[in-house]
Amino acid sequence: MIEFERAGKTYPDGTVAVGEFSLRIPSHTTTVLLGSSGCGKTTLLRMVNRMVDPTSGRVLIDGEDVAQEAPVALRRRIGYVMQNSGLLPHRRVIDNIATVPRLTGMPRGAAHERARELMRTVGLDSGLARRYPGQLSGGQQQRVGVARALASDPNILLMDEPFGAVDPLVRMELQRELRRLQTQLRKTILFVTHDIDEALALGDQIVVLQPGGQIAQAGTPEEIVAAPANDFVARFLGLDAGRRSLRARPQPGGGWLVSDAGGRPLGVLPDDPAREGPG
Amino acid sequence: MNHLSAAVDWLLDAQTWTGPGQLGARATEHLGYTAVAVLIAAVIALPAGLAIGHTGRGRAAAVLSSGAVRALPTLGLLTLAALAAGVGLVAPLIALVVLAVPSILAGAYAGVESVDRATVDAARAQGMNAWQVLWRVEVPLGLPIVIGGLRLAVLQVTATATLAAYVGAGGLGRPLFLGLRTYDYPMMLGASLVVILLAILLDACFEVVQRLLSYAPGLARTGRLREAR
Ligand SMILES: Nc1ncnc2c1ncn2[C@@H]1O[C@H](COP(=O)(O)OP(=O)(O)OP(=O)(O)O)[C@@H](O)[C@H]1O
Ligand SMILES: [Mg+2]
Repeated sequence: MIEFERAGKTYPDGTVAVGEFSLRIPSHTTTVLLGSSGCGKTTLLRMVNRMVDPTSGRVLIDGEDVAQEAPVALRRRIGYVMQNSGLLPHRRVIDNIATVPRLTGMPRGAAHERARELMRTVGLDSGLARRYPGQLSGGQQQRVGVARALASDPNILLMDEPFGAVDPLVRMELQRELRRLQTQLRKTILFVTHDIDEALALGDQIVVLQPGGQIAQAGTPEEIVAAPANDFVARFLGLDAGRRSLRARPQPGGGWLVSDAGGRPLGVLPDDPAREGPG
Repeated sequence: MNHLSAAVDWLLDAQTWTGPGQLGARATEHLGYTAVAVLIAAVIALPAGLAIGHTGRGRAAAVLSSGAVRALPTLGLLTLAALAAGVGLVAPLIALVVLAVPSILAGAYAGVESVDRATVDAARAQGMNAWQVLWRVEVPLGLPIVIGGLRLAVLQVTATATLAAYVGAGGLGRPLFLGLRTYDYPMMLGASLVVILLAILLDACFEVVQRLLSYAPGLARTGRLREAR
């Protein structure tokens, strides 16, 4: 479990990135921090592995204040996927993935063995092992980033807009695979995004943030969509624009055409969804 | 042209090269001085430069003092050093080390600084300590620029090591100054040619190393050293 206790961060230049933030993140669940650019998401995420030290309040992991821990040891036991992959450009894919196991003293052979296993886990072709990051597509790089974060089998996974830089198709595929991975691995995931659909797709808990790291609403995806706490959340969800008020119109050949309030088509619904089972 | 062909004749004469005190021995001395001076300068400037680049501290002081040292006339410095240390090897070595330090220092900190801050941040975030960040990320990625600094120092020292003979030491400055004093222009010109050739040869070696490094993925481009200075 991760707990933020009235954590705040004011940068030396006077920018108040996070005013006062309190949140409890249960173990083995995915919590999504959702908010627009500059609202303090990255700052909050980096408080967990001490890449940022809060200027007020504290952050606890399983009841222990992270400030009591040596940053280097802490970071090695927390997986961190960065926005732009953050891979080392002069190291091969396999060595990038093996970074943390090598740092913690695992012999090279064993670390590479582990890295190969992780490449399979995240769906990377083993033929890519000897490539350099610069020779990969954006989506492949992000997978390497995820594999690297998983290498030391951490309990906690911090993911900072990990799929922000890839096209929508790849993005959805990566999201699907993360969900699959999570049912298997059951990590405590703290996931940052500004994409509402991504938040709804991945979060067990969604925390909608306002500038300054203020919580506008925290709850399950259902709670947030069904009962947005205020106008800010409603606007963020696109509820005010009617994006999530759906209409269904019968189609000539059977089934239903679903559209939003503005009439934009979103998809089709088979005649009896219950019998077809979930897609 | 006369002098030049005479110089070439002098160089092609086997007599010029063999025997003690002859050109072969002088060239070897010259290379030796260069190597020792650059080595000492590197021992001083590399750790300092890497530390400056890594911590970002002391940079202004380094730029200022490098500028000041670069402005020192090497001949004046050599004379001063010779007055203090007497004739022999010590004085020219001091002057040559002082000449080499700024280039190596600038190469070292510019090399480390050239590394993308996001990459360094990522390395720290994975749990590398400061030492590991320096040796596994900053030094390898900045290596072409660090080597660029060494290359410049070697070139400067090779060209300037002729001054050693000015205070009684050896090197290719010997035949050069001797030729000057005795109006033996072929000898003087010939010795100069050897200095130039040596400098070009050493520079070419560095060129090869840097070319090879340019095939390594992710490393800094060497053009940056010029920007950094
Ligand atoms: N090192 C820093 N020094 C000063 N101000 C900073 C620093 N890092 C971040 N900030 C400021 O703190 C605020 C929050 O930044 P943060 O990076 O946490 O936002 P974010 O929600 O992650 O934004 P984005 O979605 O664009 O990544 C911003 O106003 C930013 O300009
Ligand atoms: Mg961010």
